[in-house]
Order: sequence, then C-alpha cells, then structure tokens
Amino acid sequence: MAEREVIKRMRERFPSELLDYRVFRDEVTLVVRRDSLCKIMEYLHDDLAFDLLTDLCGVDRFTEHPRFEVVYHLYSIKRNDRVRVKVPVDEGETVPTVETVWKGANWYERETFDMLGIAFENHSNLKRILLWDEFDGHPLRKDFPTEGRDFENPVLPDT
Amino acid sequence: MAEQKTMTINMGPQHPATHGVLRIVLELDGEIIRKATPVLGHLHRGIEKLAEAKTYHQCIPLTDRMDYVNAMGHNLGYVLAVEKLLGVEIPVRAQYVRVMLAELQRIASHLIWLGTHVLDLGATTPIMYCFREREAILRIFEEVAGGRITPTYFRIGGLPRDLPDGAVDLVRDFVKDFPRRIDDYEALLTQNVIFQRRTKGVGVLSAEDAINFSVTGPTLRGSGVSYDVRKATPYSRYEDFDFEVPVGEKGDVFDRYLVRMEEMRQSRRIVEQVVENLPEGPIKADAPQVVLPDKEDVETRIDALIRHFKIGFEGFQTPVGEVFQSVEASKGELGYYIVSDGGNKPFRLRVRAPSFANLSALPKMIEGQMIADVIATIGSIDIVLGEIDR
Repeated sequence: MAEREVIKRMRERFPSELLDYRVFRDEVTLVVRRDSLCKIMEYLHDDLAFDLLTDLCGVDRFTEHPRFEVVYHLYSIKRNDRVRVKVPVDEGETVPTVETVWKGANWYERETFDMLGIAFENHSNLKRILLWDEFDGHPLRKDFPTEGRDFENPVLPDT
Repeated sequence: MAEQKTMTINMGPQHPATHGVLRIVLELDGEIIRKATPVLGHLHRGIEKLAEAKTYHQCIPLTDRMDYVNAMGHNLGYVLAVEKLLGVEIPVRAQYVRVMLAELQRIASHLIWLGTHVLDLGATTPIMYCFREREAILRIFEEVAGGRITPTYFRIGGLPRDLPDGAVDLVRDFVKDFPRRIDDYEALLTQNVIFQRRTKGVGVLSAEDAINFSVTGPTLRGSGVSYDVRKATPYSRYEDFDFEVPVGEKGDVFDRYLVRMEEMRQSRRIVEQVVENLPEGPIKADAPQVVLPDKEDVETRIDALIRHFKIGFEGFQTPVGEVFQSVEASKGELGYYIVSDGGNKPFRLRVRAPSFANLSALPKMIEGQMIADVIATIGSIDIVLGEIDR
C-alpha cells in the first residue's frame, strides 16, 4: 500500500501544513497550505522521489472561498506511484512557484496564470502563453462571458 | 577582441519545419543559437472551456480534434477517465478492440512523424511510402468507425457497434505486410551517412533534464528512461499483451528515431496478438444509465428510445470527485483530469498534453547548436500544435 504510505509520511512530517487528505478511486489527494508549498514540494521531490511533475493546473470554484485551487499531479518513476497535491488560493493571493523543483513547471504555471489569472510568486517569466499579451480577462474563470456583448467585441491585438 | 553581435530572427509562425503554427524566436550568433523562445497559442480554441458546457458524451468529438493525427489515443484517454469517474467496467472484447485501434493509430501517427521528419532533413521519398502505409490504417478506421481522421469511435461504457465483417481481415493484411515495409524504411535511413550526420549528437537531452522538464513518451525514452504508461500502470488490458519498451542511450535525434521505429514494430506485435485472441462477447458495459442503447433497439423499443434521448440531451449524473487518467499516446503521457460536481457536465476538464511539456524542453536541446539542427530537433520531438494550444 504505497499510496497510504504517502499520507502517513506527510502526516508525520507536516502535521499542521497538511490541511486535508482523501482517497477517491485509488487516487490520493493532499490539500496543503499555500505558504509552505515549496517546502512540501521539495520534500516530495527529494525524499519521496516524486521526480516527474505530470501536470499542473487550476480549478475555479466560483462563489466558494477560497475561490481557486492549484492542482499538481506528481509521479514517481522509481516507485511507480502517483499523488495529487492541491493548494487552495483566493482571489488576489499568489502561489509560490515550484519552478525551482521542476523546470517543467515554468510553462504550466504560465498557462494557469493565463487561463485563470492566478499569479505565481518568484516565477522567472510570468507572461501569457496561449493568448496574446493584450487579451482582457482569463477564459477559464467561471464568470468569463462565453456569449453576449463582451463576447462579440473581443480585444484584438494591434497588427 | 571585436564586440559580439547577435541577430534575432523568427522561425514561423508558418514554417514547414514547425509542423503547424508555432513561432520560435531565435537569437543567433552567426549560425549558432544563443537563445530560443517558442511562442505558441496561435491555434488556441478553448477546448477545455468548451467542454464545461457539454455533457460527457458530447465532449468525445472535441478530443479528436486536439491531436488530429492521434485521435484514437485521445478518445481512449477521455473515455477511460469518465469510466474511472463512474466506476464502470467494460467488457473484454471492447477493451481489446480499443487496444487494437489505439495501437494502429500509434503506427499511423509515427508514420506521419517519420515522413515529415526525414522530409525536413532532405529525404523526399519516405513520405510517399509512409502515407501509403498510413492510408491502409485509415482504410481500417473508415471501415470500423466511418471516419478517417476524426473517428470518434469510443463511447463511454464501450463501443457504439461491433467491428463490421471484413475489418479483422483488413487488419490481418496490414499486420502481415507491415514488417517488410518498415525494414525498407530502415534500409533507406538507419545506415544512411547523411541521415546519421544530421541526427547523431544533435539536440541532446540528458535523462535528468528530460525528467525535470516533464518530458514523456519516445522523447523521454530516447534519453534512456524506461517509462511507458502501458507498462507502469496498465489500462484497458495492456497487461495481457507481450511487448517491449525500446529505450535509447544518448538522447539525441538519432536515438529518438530508433525508439520510434522499434515502437512501430512493437505496436504491430500488439495488434497481431489482439486479432489472434479477440474474444467474443458484448461490446458495451452493463450500465444502462450511461451507455447509449443499440440503434436497432432505438427503432423498435420505446424504452430504448426514451433512454437514447435522455442520455443524448441530459447526459447522466456522476459521483462528486476528481480523477486523473493517463494513457500512453504516440507523443507521450496523455492525461485527462476531470473534476465533477455531480452534474451531467464536467465541472473542469483538463488535458495534460504530452507535446506541451515536450516542447518546453526545446530551448534546452537546441541552445548552442546550429540553426539547421533546430529543424532536426523539432521534427524529432514530434509535436502537434493542436494539442499544445488546445
């Protein structure tokens, strides 16, 4: 039961930083505090050998507080194990970058910033990646208009 | 000593070697690349946002359009993720057919890669051969699914209909014919001095860097890391089949080429095993709440008709929760992350596209190399812009 092992190790090491954990369909989810994210990710990478950052994305739970979640999917090639780490973050708050742990996080964090408007602290190049720089708004937010007046008049780049 | 000056040039957004609309800003010192910055997003269609307004069944055609040379792989990843969320187990026959089609699609995808990659390097003949073989695979897809590029053949809970008569014979013909063809390509390229000079020691990516940049698929395996989702966490009965995971050593363009060539042979082996061991039986799960009824039943039975419309319009309810399902697509690890709030539409659908992460390692591979090596390297990581931009 390697999956339960992750929860056990995390509970011992980070009793107050680990806000919640659950298992759904054999997948482990750890909810951790925003301000100690770097420390936790370094521990997961160095000590528990989660060497591959499979994915990084954000979820908008509009009308809830905190509004957003940043979701990290980690995989360990050595131990063949997966874990999901979630960080709750409210509007206007920033998340520390994990670029120092995995270089692959660079583009993923830019994408999350582009699509959801979550800023990452100490990121080396936090610019839009899929949309142009002048684009107004963040399309994956639940309150972004998908039709109506704003939709008919998109902000276009100067050519 | 004279002052060194660099020149900035744009490769793309439309360039034959970028394989789609991708712009790479290159800072050049003579012919040497000092800095490379990929600029993407020219093809962004907002598929993740679109999916939030569609029921789970209606999302399937969207997945075809992301990686349009590996549509079956995307279909498979998505339906497996929804099935995992629902906790639905599908019959063995359907799983075997899925494996067969996904592996044929992998061969088709690698054939496109091979043809265009060596075309970039100046060899014009192989692309003709590769398209000829790909045509044989698309013919099978047309027979089975009705579509060639966007088959949309997999359904949540199984397959829409069984394989038509004669489809298995077409697959058998292809399986019998293919080894001879791939030997031909190898004879043309592997020992070719020009090809070797253009690819050996070019675009090197070390194993540590590859892992650190989240690179997966043949690009990662070319660097010597034996990680394949089909072996690590088998899905859709891959554990029943006997195949090997080829691994490179140096992580250069030539090693990635060799890895993909061997992968095509291994995929053919899997397809051969599927057609030899294809079991009889149903092709849909016993889950009437989520599986669309047979078309014959819809025409003759009122309960099937009601169910057909109900699932078509309203979809089905799902458990509250979140799942991440990854499959080994032709480019690498393809993951679907679904967050469900219990409704009939995905609350959040996220696609972990392999090409996106693989492209992010491109500057690492080409900085310090010659401009002609950019062409060789982009081809070797096999990107599809539809998947990167989503």
